[in-house]
Amino acid sequence: MTDRTPAAQPYLEIRNLWKAFGDFVALRDIDLDIHPGEFVCFLGPSGCGKTTLLRAIAGLDPQSRGTIRQGGKDISTLPASGRDYGIVFQSYALFPNLTVERNIAFGLENTGRPKAEIKARVAELLALVGLPEQGQKYPAQLSGGQQQRIALARAIAISPGLLLLDEPLSALDAKVRVHLRHEIKELQRKLGVTTIMVTHDQEEALSMADRIVVMNHGVIEQVGTPTEIYRHPATLFVADFIGETNHFDAQVQSGRVQMAGLDLAAVTGGHAPGSAVRVAIRPEDILPMASDAPEAENRLAAQVADMEFLGSYWRAHLKVGEVALVANFSMNAVRRFDIRSGAAQLVEIPAERVLVFRGASA
Amino acid sequence: MSGASVQTATALPPGRDTRLAVDRDGWIKRFFVIVIGLYLVGALALPLYAMLSKSFVTYSFDLSRYEVMRSDAEGNWGPARSLAAINDELGRFTPQDLASNVNGRLAPTEFFPDFSFRSPERWRIRGLDAESHYLVGLDLIRSDEWRELDSNTFRRVNLRPLPKTGMDNYSAYFSNPALFGSIGNSVTIAAISTVITLFLAFGFAYAINRTCMRFKSTFRMIAMMPILVPSLLPGIALVYMFGTQGYLTPLLMGHSIYGPIGIVIGSVFFTFPHAFLIISTALSIADQRQYEAAESLRASSWRTFWTVTIPGARYGLISAAFVTFTLVITDFGLPKVIGGQYNVLAVDIYKQVIGQQNFEMGAVVSVILLVPAVLAFVVDRIVTRRQVSLLSARSVPFQPRPDRKADRLWLLWCICVALFITSIIATCQAAALIRFWPYDLTPTLANYDFNRMDGGGWAAYWNSLQMAGWTAVVGTVIVFTGAYMVEKIDGFRSGRTLFQFLAMLPMAIPGMVLGLAYIFFFNDPANPANVIYGTMVILVVSTVTHFYTVGHLTALTALKQIDAEFEPVASSLRQPFWRLFGRVTVPVCLPTILDISIYMFVNAMTTVSAVVFLYSTKTALASVAVLNMDDAGTIAPAAAMGMMIFYTNAAARILHAMASRRIMRRTQAWRVR
Repeated sequence: MTDRTPAAQPYLEIRNLWKAFGDFVALRDIDLDIHPGEFVCFLGPSGCGKTTLLRAIAGLDPQSRGTIRQGGKDISTLPASGRDYGIVFQSYALFPNLTVERNIAFGLENTGRPKAEIKARVAELLALVGLPEQGQKYPAQLSGGQQQRIALARAIAISPGLLLLDEPLSALDAKVRVHLRHEIKELQRKLGVTTIMVTHDQEEALSMADRIVVMNHGVIEQVGTPTEIYRHPATLFVADFIGETNHFDAQVQSGRVQMAGLDLAAVTGGHAPGSAVRVAIRPEDILPMASDAPEAENRLAAQVADMEFLGSYWRAHLKVGEVALVANFSMNAVRRFDIRSGAAQLVEIPAERVLVFRGASA
Repeated sequence: MSGASVQTATALPPGRDTRLAVDRDGWIKRFFVIVIGLYLVGALALPLYAMLSKSFVTYSFDLSRYEVMRSDAEGNWGPARSLAAINDELGRFTPQDLASNVNGRLAPTEFFPDFSFRSPERWRIRGLDAESHYLVGLDLIRSDEWRELDSNTFRRVNLRPLPKTGMDNYSAYFSNPALFGSIGNSVTIAAISTVITLFLAFGFAYAINRTCMRFKSTFRMIAMMPILVPSLLPGIALVYMFGTQGYLTPLLMGHSIYGPIGIVIGSVFFTFPHAFLIISTALSIADQRQYEAAESLRASSWRTFWTVTIPGARYGLISAAFVTFTLVITDFGLPKVIGGQYNVLAVDIYKQVIGQQNFEMGAVVSVILLVPAVLAFVVDRIVTRRQVSLLSARSVPFQPRPDRKADRLWLLWCICVALFITSIIATCQAAALIRFWPYDLTPTLANYDFNRMDGGGWAAYWNSLQMAGWTAVVGTVIVFTGAYMVEKIDGFRSGRTLFQFLAMLPMAIPGMVLGLAYIFFFNDPANPANVIYGTMVILVVSTVTHFYTVGHLTALTALKQIDAEFEPVASSLRQPFWRLFGRVTVPVCLPTILDISIYMFVNAMTTVSAVVFLYSTKTALASVAVLNMDDAGTIAPAAAMGMMIFYTNAAARILHAMASRRIMRRTQAWRVR
């Protein structure tokens, strides 16, 4: 699971990293490279080890085995104070009794910098996070989103080589969250700072990350760009966790997968004919077709059992013979094809969108 | 269970766990944990060990280890004879007679009935080994050489007792009904006082938390008054109320206040605030929804009380019961003043040590007093841990509804309790201002002229003030720093656990026991810390140690409430922890720090038990002066000195409240949520 673009020297190299809490192994043999200037998200369900990995990188909870190198230097046994990063926690951890300015200046003071320089830098950071007028306020007087931005400003004040974000948006309400996603991403691009963000929100990861590290049960399931992860999930877990899927047990025939009541053309490379597999189909990959469309692969005559209106699209519960499928149809398509509950509807599943995984029993 | 994942290895590869290098902050925190830990070892663990080992040591004269020769006037020496042989012959001393203590002396002339110091006879004496030491005058001889002396010098020879380790002290204790009878007395008194205090305090706390009674804040203030005075002050008040010349004596119908009755009444007075606070906390966390459920099920209020209220407060009640029991059984001042001939354990320690100079027996009684105290402490810790899990974030706070009839009854209850508390304080105040009760009732300030009385005079008061001030400052710094370091240190598991244990220990140690342990430990000439013996330092050290645990727990609670991510953030900003400590932690915890210091101050002003063994003529204290003046029969000045402590503590509390309010107002901007 190492990197796909070996051209540049990675900024952060994680090798054979293990972490155990007593008998519980939280991280298993993690290998990961992160490149300079990248925005990487650790994504996974709670308990998958993503925060444990972040805390190992930060030197807050040391790994049990393995090494971490940052900028070519082995930092495996360095305490947090000896490492080079800025961190933003879910709680923001702003010092309540210090003004916003003093919070941001906390890492700048006591470093021999002249007062005027610190003042200028704080003003610059406040402008950068879009809160130029709030310097004299105390954290409790700011909204959650504003506090988050102050925490970010404090973390980047010392120009760290690495920025760590531990679920930074999960304490905020939905609207603010979407807005801040964009802002944080912009800021990171502007500063070019290598960033790792931990999140359990797939939408957040997909919209912000250059690369996503999907984790489950202490292992990395897949590393890739958001589109790679979404379009070509490496494992059934990834396919399931990111986006939604219909899935079935099936058997591989050459170029096809057979399951009870369905026989679909698929890209089966890597799976021997006759082997048991798990097939996953995303609801949005089931395309409605006009009844007079020319003949093609994987065209199925479906019965619309039920329609659910979900705002921006419709969810259709289809029956193909005895097989139940869930499909997402856009508003346009529903209007164009006049898809209704109880009606018959022709659908197509492109062969390359039939995702085939090794079966659970294999 | 996902398909292509890399679940090759499942177990941790062999090898050692990675350990982070310890940075400067880590070393400094370790340094503080170790230093404060060592303080607790030196101020608590070692003295207790010294005391425990002393309780197993007995001293006796071993006559078989000495030989004596006697010459006639012409210088013809008789045979060397063992003193044991001579004693057998004379039947002079029984083995019981030969039991002694560390200060024992025995003159060998006792074995020669015809001895005269004017006689021209000469004497030779030797010990059979180097251990068998004896005194010639003031010189200690540790030699098995013969030593020749004339009669006049032989008169000044004294044998010293030899120490022996064993259970002898304990068997002596339990074979003496006058001593072990105190166990029953102490337990009885403590049990009765606990039941009464709990009953009164529960009603009081119930009225304040669960009814719409009026004057709640006034009652709350009155309930706290007993904390401000030494526990022996109610004893003095009871003498004026129910003593031989008391103004309420007929109410006793012939019974004497000196004894169990007096101890129980006084104990109820001084333990009331402690029980009230604990039960009040338990009753304040009720969940409104439970009561609404009970009401919708049409449960009678009596049934609701027994099925909802009491179970909800049960941990508080248990905790209050054990705290009260421990306070009573370990208290020394009150039974000393009002106990009369009724012996209790804490006073026995005092009598053994101060009265009979029998330190070893004092240690035995201390060990026995430790048993209920440690037991109560353990139970209380278990219960307190359970109590926390009762709180849930979704609870709806209970809102009492007015009920005119019930509210009046509760008001009556509170008035009775408040009257009891205030009448005791008021009696003391009156006693302090009356020239000579009951014969000359003219008001006077003469009783405040402490310099004319025994007990230390005004100097004792100033000493107390100084001691309490130092205790508040030094104690708060040590306690808060220790709590911070142990809470915020990374790694160092074993060190932390040991420190937590040491910090909890003082709560289980009665003051008398601590004081006696200090005598054994610090009065030992071999101990380099011996220099603090008899100084103000040992008083401050003992008081800080005695009240360490409550301060430690208070500090921990506050520290746990501040964001645990502050330290990681500060170190990621490459700032040393002490900047965070000084700029954020201390300011945020300032109200708590003030609470700890006022707690230390008030207790240092009122404590008697630990310091009664440790003060010297130069460091007499106000609380001890109350005791000594009462002992000397100058009871009105004793009351006056007690009231001085009351005024001081009340003033300190008012100052504390003002300071807290000012801090809260100044920090309002950042405290709003």
